[in-house]
Amino acid sequence: MYRSHVLVCGGTGCTSSGSQKIIDTLHEEIDKNGLSSEVQVVKTGCFGLCALGPIMIIYPEGTFYSMVKPEDIPEIVEEHLLKGRIVSRLVYKETVTENGIKSLNDTNFYKKQHRVALRNCGVINPENIEEYIGTGGYEALGKVLTEMTPEEVIQVVLDSGLRGRGGAGFPTGRKWMLARNIVPDADQKYVCCNADEGDPGAFMDRSVLEGDPHVVLEAMAIAGYAIGANQGYIYVRAEYPIAVKRLQIAIDQAREYGLLGKDIFGTGFDFDIGLRLGAGAFVCGEETALMTSIEGNRGEPRPRPPFPAEKGLFQKPSVLNNVETYANIPQIILNGAEWFASMGTEKSKGTKVFALGGKINNTGLVEVPMGTTLRTVIEEIGGGIPNGKKFKAAQTGGPSGGCIPAEHYDIPIDYDNLISIGSMMGSGGLIVMDEDNCMVDIAKFFLQFTVDESCGKCTPCRVGTKRLYEMLDKITKGTATLEDLDKIEKLCYYIKDNSLCGLGQTAPNPVLSTLRYFKDEYIAHVVDKKCPAGVCKSLLQYYIDADKCRGCTLCARQCPANAIEGTVKNPHVIDPDKCIKCGACIEKCKFGAIFKK
Amino acid sequence: MGKTTSTIPFNGSAEQEAKLMEVIAEHKSDKGALMPILQQAQEIYGYLPIEVQEIIAKEMDIPLEKIYGVVTFYSQFSLNPKGKYTISVCLGTACYVKGSGDIFNKLSEILGIKGGETTPDGKFSLVDCRCIGACGLAPVLTVNEDVYGRLTVDDVADILAKYTD
Repeated sequence: MYRSHVLVCGGTGCTSSGSQKIIDTLHEEIDKNGLSSEVQVVKTGCFGLCALGPIMIIYPEGTFYSMVKPEDIPEIVEEHLLKGRIVSRLVYKETVTENGIKSLNDTNFYKKQHRVALRNCGVINPENIEEYIGTGGYEALGKVLTEMTPEEVIQVVLDSGLRGRGGAGFPTGRKWMLARNIVPDADQKYVCCNADEGDPGAFMDRSVLEGDPHVVLEAMAIAGYAIGANQGYIYVRAEYPIAVKRLQIAIDQAREYGLLGKDIFGTGFDFDIGLRLGAGAFVCGEETALMTSIEGNRGEPRPRPPFPAEKGLFQKPSVLNNVETYANIPQIILNGAEWFASMGTEKSKGTKVFALGGKINNTGLVEVPMGTTLRTVIEEIGGGIPNGKKFKAAQTGGPSGGCIPAEHYDIPIDYDNLISIGSMMGSGGLIVMDEDNCMVDIAKFFLQFTVDESCGKCTPCRVGTKRLYEMLDKITKGTATLEDLDKIEKLCYYIKDNSLCGLGQTAPNPVLSTLRYFKDEYIAHVVDKKCPAGVCKSLLQYYIDADKCRGCTLCARQCPANAIEGTVKNPHVIDPDKCIKCGACIEKCKFGAIFKK
Repeated sequence: MGKTTSTIPFNGSAEQEAKLMEVIAEHKSDKGALMPILQQAQEIYGYLPIEVQEIIAKEMDIPLEKIYGVVTFYSQFSLNPKGKYTISVCLGTACYVKGSGDIFNKLSEILGIKGGETTPDGKFSLVDCRCIGACGLAPVLTVNEDVYGRLTVDDVADILAKYTD
């Protein structure tokens, strides 16, 4: 028995800010103080508050230390662990009150969260199956195999109202029912897990895989039982080395405990899982492309129908669900469909995990009931926008989604509401933008992404996105006309209507949504040749502040175009006709006298 | 995708080839074995020159053009050797809105290479990547396994200076 547990986040965010070093130092210091039999150090998954990493919690007190440095460890071990005195200067400020330290669950960041999919993240050691079992892990699989028929399992998932968390929101129970019934005499079926989390700025699935890998294995086995499959594949991004490693450990341990493999729980049900690594192609997040890639081919999508439920992986009936979808399944089985359906909105049940990023104070991972407003997520949980800047838009759905402007700040977030305002749920990336972000530039950024990632199989996507990108580029360079704006809109709808797969069909969304809500910015670029946010380089003019300029002549000597004129000790002036906007002068000026507008 | 065959002569060792043969033998009978084999081959050689693809084609009895098609499809596979240090600048959305584009441009300017290229001395390769998931530290870049976060353009030169050997 240990009297104290020190939980250190070992997720990608905290590992990147040095949590492994913290763990090593902890071990050293604990040994040095002779506490190794009393204090246990546990490396967990993500706590969610990535902005404050590396993060560490000490139980039983529940003290939350943030932004810990290796040199702080001796003090924490000696003071807190040895003498029982909390090191208040290192405690997360939000938890410090006049009457002492308050619980983490009462802080703004955690108060409104409701953790279902993330319930074990930051709580258990993901590399130890016994910790997962200790929190009720594999109970749902046991219940399913011993007490329920496959039809009953599917009915529970249907009744829960769970919809796919990967983006499109297809009802999971219906998917399973189709895969079970559509080819009644199939000799082989497959269960696949989409862990190819490609949306830039989204890291929900990674955190589940890193923090609670067994939940995915358990849910896949349940899906296998429900549809009649005995083999599963997890297709995971190679860019997530920690997730890959922990998944492999989890699979090995589950096999060792007889929770994967032959005759699970002595019921005669066989199920095993193989790991397949992606190789950096965004389109492989599309279900048919993912299957084509597992088969060892170029990851190009296939036309549907036939749908994967009929002809999927290796031409066999298959089910593909996203990581977060799976992470909900065991809880639904154990707590019942009604419990799950009691959370959320009419058509979007349960919770949703969002990865908060961009211009927001509490970057990190949050899980809230469906129907929570954007304002709550950004202002209360996310702690608002840094540096007193103004909220401009939130981008959801990655390259397939759109930008939500301030006028929809109070809309309850669910699948249907987001679609109605021109965005989509997507996998849950939520990037906040402030007044310094140019919306045309953001649209161009996403188009550059789809141009790069288009697989090239169908022309509307391959050529269409490229042409769209070129037109946006013209706008940011100030050479576009109003006619181009109309052309852009037409081309957007053409690409949406004619592309083969979801990548192309949704690629124009970032453009359409910014055109819808930020048309004035487009017009400013096209007509006034100005970028209101000051981002698009070609549209900026460089100026010298006469009050700040000391006439040192450094900028004039630096300018490659000889565009700066002036005499020693007198304010200099930039000739806009000669200026090539290279920015060399700004870099050299020691007095901050040069600015762009 | 603009990939070409390597201009640098191939000099794989017998040891590397023996390792590759082992990998192929181990996976050959698996369904969809080509991807895992290519991934491990790249680990062995550091890249996938046409000579390596030829070995795999012959051993697995798969047409070379199919293997070439797969290799050139995925951005992780490289037909050219990488530099000693690969600098990946995250151009994912969270990093981009916090200015990672400027950091990428600065690196490109200092190193005198474009994205996907390697410096003539074989020391640095510069690539852009799409989100390593450390969005809490945005903007982020990695040099091989080392992660640098919360960057500004001014940090770039200091980071490069750390890799002198």
